[in-house]
Amino acid sequence: MNDRSSLPVKTVANRTFGRNSILSFVLFGLFLVGAWATFKWIKRQPQDAGALRPLRKTLDFNETVFSTVFDSNKLVKEYPVSHAAKRVRVNGMDGLRDSVNEETWRLRVIRAPGDTLQITLDDIKKLPKKDLIFDFKCIEGWDQVTHWAGVPLRTFMQHYGLSGQSKMKYVGLQTPDKKYYVGIDMPSALHPQTLLCYEMNGQPLPINQGFPVRLIIPVKYGIKHLKRIGTMFFSNDKPADFWAERGYDYYAGH
Amino acid sequence: MKAILYKHPLAIRWFHWVNFPVLVCMIWSGLLIYWANGVYKISWGNKVFVKFFSTGFYKALNVPFHLAEGMSWHFAFMWLFTINGLLYVLFTFFSGQWKFLLPNRNSFKEAWLVLLHDLHIRKYEPPQIKYNAAQRIAYTAIMIMGIGSLITGLAIYKPVQFSFFSWICGGYAAARLEHFILTLGYVLFFLIHVIQVVKSGWNNFQAMITGFEVIKDAPKKVPHE
Repeated sequence: MNDRSSLPVKTVANRTFGRNSILSFVLFGLFLVGAWATFKWIKRQPQDAGALRPLRKTLDFNETVFSTVFDSNKLVKEYPVSHAAKRVRVNGMDGLRDSVNEETWRLRVIRAPGDTLQITLDDIKKLPKKDLIFDFKCIEGWDQVTHWAGVPLRTFMQHYGLSGQSKMKYVGLQTPDKKYYVGIDMPSALHPQTLLCYEMNGQPLPINQGFPVRLIIPVKYGIKHLKRIGTMFFSNDKPADFWAERGYDYYAGH
Repeated sequence: MKAILYKHPLAIRWFHWVNFPVLVCMIWSGLLIYWANGVYKISWGNKVFVKFFSTGFYKALNVPFHLAEGMSWHFAFMWLFTINGLLYVLFTFFSGQWKFLLPNRNSFKEAWLVLLHDLHIRKYEPPQIKYNAAQRIAYTAIMIMGIGSLITGLAIYKPVQFSFFSWICGGYAAARLEHFILTLGYVLFFLIHVIQVVKSGWNNFQAMITGFEVIKDAPKKVPHE
């Protein structure tokens, strides 16, 4: 019943037919073995910061590709206040287990070795404040529209004369206890919506959201939004990054 | 001597077989990622009919706590999936193979007849050149699904830069759900595909490897005189 008039038909010798069939199956077998061997080879490779080396290399390659082709100043969508969640999800307490005192807390900004600024919460609050309501995205796959406020990091850096530092490749941030730490590429740090944040839903940050000051960086997953900043420094090498050491993408940006 | 019919061009066979392990890797690594926020279920009121997925399912496949590992595989093999898929689409269109693939005006009616035939309700099988009507619809759908996975995937992977994709998907959370549903679609497609291939027999299957099918002539009837 099959009308196959439009597919090519040929008559071949039995020997040719047999040879071509066997050749195809041998190649197919080699392909399957090759695919399996590639998978096993990747699995056998040493780990590089918690990820198998070829995969880590690919993650770094992706970072190069995307940071080259993307516009690093593209803005994140902002929402009206009414969209902001009242119960804001808390996903981790790393770096927040010590007590913190507003009076003694200082943001330590290392301008150069031996040259550290000590900035109080009041100093930060004196700078122009920006409200930001955006869709916060966790690397686990959930998202939540949340309301934050603080000073844009780039305004902060301009105010404190850190223009030389802003020409370096990375900003490093650490909690006061140094148990949580992130590295941020400078274009993302200087993004107009990246905040040194001290308010959530119009109130001072709760302890579990990083009181007194945390990073809000909407172009990155939550793992980069370091809570309770203790130290800020600048570097041309990638600063240590808590989750990137545990197999995650260093860039973690979107 | 054997009469053979050239059914699948070499390029299509390569795209098909490269796609298979790559898609397996994408689904497996996708599951490792999904686990970290495995919230989807089919429910009515308080009654949950299907939960994606049960603890037993995850445990049996050693899924829990491999989010970082899943992402590292997913965002490496996404390149192969995308490049292989794009090459397949381009080849199909520029080689003219789309004529055998895309559904035509009769396909939707005929696909129903194919289904009835496959379910042994009807004896008659609609005529076909390379693919029957049901195959045309299924294989075209899988091509569109592939493009859908790419778009929903990019919408989740880079929602700021690809905010347009996020928008056409109905937002970030919707894009994630759609990405997940498409994956379920592949698994369903795979099951039906394998059953159909087994049913169709060796000659049909080996054509996806060798490229040709042997034409079995119906035994010639000698007229009685």
